[in-house]
Amino acid sequence: MATVDPIDVHWTDSEPAVLSGREYRRARRTPLTWVRGGGLATLLFLLPMLFVFGAFSWYPIVRTVIMSVQHTNLVSPATWVGLDNFRAVLNDPVLPKAVENTAEFAGLALIFGYPVPLVAAVLMSEARRFRGVYSALAYLPVVIPPVVAVLLWKTFYDASPTGVFNTILGWVHLGPYPWLQSQQTALPSLVLESTWANAGGTVIIYLAALTGVNRELYEAASVDGASLWRKVWHITIPQLRGVLLLTMILQIIGTAQVFLEPYLFTSGGPANATVTVLLMIYNYAFGNSLGGDYGSATALSLMLAAFLALFSLLYLRLTRSWSSK
Amino acid sequence: MKSTRMTALLAVIVTSLLAVFASSVSSAATTKTTTISVVSLIPGSTPEAIAQFNNQVAAFEKANPSIKVKPIEYQWTGPTFAAKLAAGTLPTVFEVPFTDARSLGDNGQLADLTAEIKQLPYYSKYNKAVLAEGTTAKGKIIALPKGAYAMALHYNRKLFTAAGLDPNKPPTTWAQVQSYARLITQKTGKAGYAQMGKDDNSAGWVFTTLVYSLGGRMETGRGTTAKATLNNAKAVTALSMLKKMRWTDNTMGSNFDMGWSDINQAFAAGNVGMYINGSDVYTNLVSASNIDPSIYGLAPIPLAKNKTAGVLGGGTLVAVRPDANAAARAAAVKWIDFYYERPLVDKAQAIRNAKTLVAGKQPVGVPALPLFNKAQYDLANTWIKPYINVPLAQMKPFNTGIFNQQVIAEPAASTQSVYKTLDGPVQAVLTDKNANVQQLLDQANSTAQAQISAGK
Repeated sequence: MATVDPIDVHWTDSEPAVLSGREYRRARRTPLTWVRGGGLATLLFLLPMLFVFGAFSWYPIVRTVIMSVQHTNLVSPATWVGLDNFRAVLNDPVLPKAVENTAEFAGLALIFGYPVPLVAAVLMSEARRFRGVYSALAYLPVVIPPVVAVLLWKTFYDASPTGVFNTILGWVHLGPYPWLQSQQTALPSLVLESTWANAGGTVIIYLAALTGVNRELYEAASVDGASLWRKVWHITIPQLRGVLLLTMILQIIGTAQVFLEPYLFTSGGPANATVTVLLMIYNYAFGNSLGGDYGSATALSLMLAAFLALFSLLYLRLTRSWSSK
Repeated sequence: MKSTRMTALLAVIVTSLLAVFASSVSSAATTKTTTISVVSLIPGSTPEAIAQFNNQVAAFEKANPSIKVKPIEYQWTGPTFAAKLAAGTLPTVFEVPFTDARSLGDNGQLADLTAEIKQLPYYSKYNKAVLAEGTTAKGKIIALPKGAYAMALHYNRKLFTAAGLDPNKPPTTWAQVQSYARLITQKTGKAGYAQMGKDDNSAGWVFTTLVYSLGGRMETGRGTTAKATLNNAKAVTALSMLKKMRWTDNTMGSNFDMGWSDINQAFAAGNVGMYINGSDVYTNLVSASNIDPSIYGLAPIPLAKNKTAGVLGGGTLVAVRPDANAAARAAAVKWIDFYYERPLVDKAQAIRNAKTLVAGKQPVGVPALPLFNKAQYDLANTWIKPYINVPLAQMKPFNTGIFNQQVIAEPAASTQSVYKTLDGPVQAVLTDKNANVQQLLDQANSTAQAQISAGK
């Protein structure tokens, strides 16, 4: 007895379909229908992105993982060394200092650098006139190329009594201070410049978020006689909590990967006072003119990436309830 | 008849075309050019210096019509060199310090130039010790010397005069360096003595010079079995002296993280009384820092009165990319011969080179160490005597003193790693009043030993 394909039956039958819609769609999907349905066009549009991501994001990540278990200088043939690179990095006497400095940089940036954009954004949003000018001024440092900004600040930080900051402080009988030339003040000096250089971008994010806060809440608070501080504490911050949490994790991740400032200002000195984890990675890779230790560099990169991924997961889990209120 | 004419016409056309084709092929074969890229000057060089270099290139291309030379600005620094080496973006011909060439050659990272170099007429005249710096363990010649230098004390004659010192009598002991530095700082407010303190191996390099001058050494032996001796007694004395000059005398200015270029600029700007650098640095002071020649003075490094005290000597070699083909290698050696070596051994070339340098307002007669022998060095200087434009009288203390000094090679094992390790202690004493000299050197020694043992 010949069997009859139920689909055909239902195609030809005028009775309601017996198959569910999902089963029906699965059964009908053929390469031809996929092409006719625009699948090929979708793939063609997707290909450039897949290529770019593959070539510049995923391939380097895979290579990083491979190189972390190899001894290679990219010139001589690579040899497999297992976890030796990870052991070498963990036994490096500079690592604890680099971790300490990175944590200190992130901490100082969080304490001083994190509230500054928020305060600036709140004050700017309260301004009745020239708000655009204030925004432009706040964003200006972000527009200045980082190398130029660092060179500029290097002259500000000139440790001689004729340095810009020392001259200004001299007017009020302070200093001269050594700034970058002292193991105690070098790292905070980097945080100060970094805050100046990066605050503008966050200010713009906060200003955009502040426009979403219902003005009626402020008006109601004003009617109740609330001060500016109480309005900020009870309305602005709760209303911005989602954005605040996001910028905080972005800042922590960014500062954990701080490289530009210590590299351009101090090269990690004086006496490793500003060496950071990323600068260590750079030094492994490019610090030796006879060829880089790319195995150790990639091993430390992976350890940092793993730490940041775990930290981000933990952070998101801990703040989930607060951010979704 | 008509067809015969047509055939004849066709034959003429085809023959003509063939002749044109053959001649073009033959002409292409005879004029096939080899293009090589070569390092030129450091970035930021003056227009006169660049023009002078371009004139040299034009003269070379005229003499070698089949070679095209593409100049590329270049300054050797450890990090950029390592990156370019790994990325394969170095020029065909580039320069490396004495400290690196042999290891790079042993690792197969430089082209083997043995065959080409042995053809050079002056090959057998090289100072064997200098040539050995560019020869691998297996005897392959992978680089030729560009120049050799001894470390020297550069001083500002104007600041000496302002401090009441005789600019013709530079210090001959480290005690005098300290007292002169105090006088300069007191009278002028400038740094009496400055030293490279940057975390790019330069701090360790100059500190090693200081230790050599007192009679100390940073290691014994060669290769991975070498023993680090960074915490030797002379190193402790040298670091303690720096600490005193920085914190007690306060004669080292306010900038302690200067690298090679920074300190040259500070000196050329008249802000430094004395500093240590290679004896040939006057060229850079002119071409990149516009120094006023009248302020310049050059003296040998003061040496302690003991048998092991000596002056650190080093130099630069010229090498070729390992992937250069035979034609490129041959062209590269021709360029090395023309630009770097001939002016030292060939009178006509030496004079032509000196004339070009003078026309480009570049220094001629900068003090260096002989690449061949002292007699050849003196002879070459007599050829170019009419063109010497450096203030020779102001360099007399060095030129008369250096050949009485013992020149000591840089640490042989893991040189750059040793320097890098020493950067830390130097920076520490210059930026921390309470730095513990012995502890810093002990820590540096164990770090350096680990690097040496690992062959890094």
